[in-house]
Amino acid sequence: MSERRQPPVIELCGVYTRFAGRSIHRDLNLRIEPGQIVGLLGESGSGKTTLLREILGLHRPDEGSVRLFGVDLADPDSGKQRAVRRRLGMLFQHGALFSALTAFENIAFPLRELKCLDEDWIRRLVHLKLAMVGLEPLHGRLMPAELSGGMVKRVALARALALEPELLLLDEPTAGLDPDRSQNFVELIAALQKELGLTVLMVTHDLNTLAGLASHVAVLADHQVAAFGRQAQVMTSDHPFVTGFFGGDRRKLL
Amino acid sequence: MNSPPSLIIRATKVQLSGIWTLAAMLPLLPALQQQLSDAASLADAWDLTAVERIDSAAAVLLWRCWGERWPDSLLLSPLQRQVLARAAALPHDLPPVEPEKPHPVAVLGGQLLKASENFHGLVTLFGRLLLDLQHLLRHPADAPWKEFAANIYKAGVLALPVTALVGFLIGVAISYLSALQLKNLGADLFIVNILGIGIIRELGPVLVAVLVAGRSGSAMTAQIGVMRVTEEIDALATMGIPRSVRVVLPKIAALTVVMPLLVFWTSAVALFGGMLAAWLQLDLSLAYFIDNLPRAVPVANLWIGLAKGVCFGFIIALVACHFGLRVKPNSESLASSTTRAVVTAITAVILIDALFAIFTRQVGIPRL
Repeated sequence: MSERRQPPVIELCGVYTRFAGRSIHRDLNLRIEPGQIVGLLGESGSGKTTLLREILGLHRPDEGSVRLFGVDLADPDSGKQRAVRRRLGMLFQHGALFSALTAFENIAFPLRELKCLDEDWIRRLVHLKLAMVGLEPLHGRLMPAELSGGMVKRVALARALALEPELLLLDEPTAGLDPDRSQNFVELIAALQKELGLTVLMVTHDLNTLAGLASHVAVLADHQVAAFGRQAQVMTSDHPFVTGFFGGDRRKLL
Repeated sequence: MNSPPSLIIRATKVQLSGIWTLAAMLPLLPALQQQLSDAASLADAWDLTAVERIDSAAAVLLWRCWGERWPDSLLLSPLQRQVLARAAALPHDLPPVEPEKPHPVAVLGGQLLKASENFHGLVTLFGRLLLDLQHLLRHPADAPWKEFAANIYKAGVLALPVTALVGFLIGVAISYLSALQLKNLGADLFIVNILGIGIIRELGPVLVAVLVAGRSGSAMTAQIGVMRVTEEIDALATMGIPRSVRVVLPKIAALTVVMPLLVFWTSAVALFGGMLAAWLQLDLSLAYFIDNLPRAVPVANLWIGLAKGVCFGFIIALVACHFGLRVKPNSESLASSTTRAVVTAITAVILIDALFAIFTRQVGIPRL
């Protein structure tokens, strides 16, 4: 890996978001450098998912700018926008698999959309991704409705990884999985991150996921990023939300 | 800053450099693939040490171009070897992912089985309905009056404008076209018979049935289907409320009750449209038309039309609910179920209409 100065992967500057007159974000700033695994924490309703949607470009903030890889998402150049979107992968909370396509077709979909890969290449890549997330080739034939919750997440992760993204966004990656599965999932993402050199931003409520995976932690409270830094630093800080959120567990987890 | 993927062939050695990722390769893909296959045919010694990054897409590309075996001489970092080993570890003969195309006979058999399954489902639903009615007769307090009223409003009251508009226009069109023919024969006065029998007995009920199947039938299928997908129907069942009483019965009862009324309304508006056209085209006064209508059209025709309305309403709602309950939790199934519900309902309506025509052929035809 070359250690050159690269623009931050995600850069939010002075973001304001309002829903029906209610402020969600007020002058929010966040900067994520390449290679970081950032856990985004916050109470329910503090605007974590909204923030994720703003980073994805699904929701435009009322004020402020969102930059991915140095490109402003408000840039009118649709070619640039598409190029940026190809560099990120998103794992939705409930998978958001296309229900009419098989698991294989779901993973192959973004690859086919590129329209320059041949079918044999796509087939190998899809099987490679299936193997990466620990699924058998035969699982590719199943429809999303026939998959268990954990398998849906795995297929969704394989789809998010299909285009070899540099940035991976995870919304509650381990919610709804049993502790064993969620531990496996954490290990899987950690291994993939090490191997592919991904930058990861994840929203999570699960302390084990956070402790096992995140290198950095961002805390969303009072409409802003109240604390951001290395995991150990933030988890031992005296911010009222942090002490409340982790309670007595936080030293145990470190 | 980010150097594009490139390769140089030095004597018998191929040297790769730059960033070998899917995103970086995309713009140069055809040229790269050509260069790689040329290089692979020339040399069997590869040097990857100058490659900055390599991802699995590039690994698969290289592995394919090496003929699915490691080259004789290969220089690369441990991390790169790991990525390539992953591509190499894929079994050679991956299982076919696409299911095989079934034999035409199997397709036909499948269709027949599906049709019989649907018929079975419809009969079961009908039986369930009778049992529910029996239960409600014994326990009138359980009757879902609110849902019944809501469905009457949605399927009946809200359908009044569109059925009126379509009925009026059809009435005008038929009257106008018939008038042109009748004028030539000098049989102007028969316009009353043609319009009366045609609209009241045949056109009114069928027209309304087609409109309602498209409008309310599809809505019922989609609603029940989405309720199934979001597990709302299961939630009802866990509260001890049978889905057939709360969801299916009010829809079927409401449409059965409201359809004859819609038929009456549409036939009336269509006759009015026909009357207006006859007045303008043939100078047939409205009073003459109204006076002669009872003489030309025996009242039995009205009863036949209303009875058709009852049957059509019942069958449309039954088919819609049946297909709604069979929606599977995916978007494709919702679309195909809705389509099938509307097509089946309209086909069933035409079929029943034909049966009516045969069994009532002695009734209601005026003798001149």
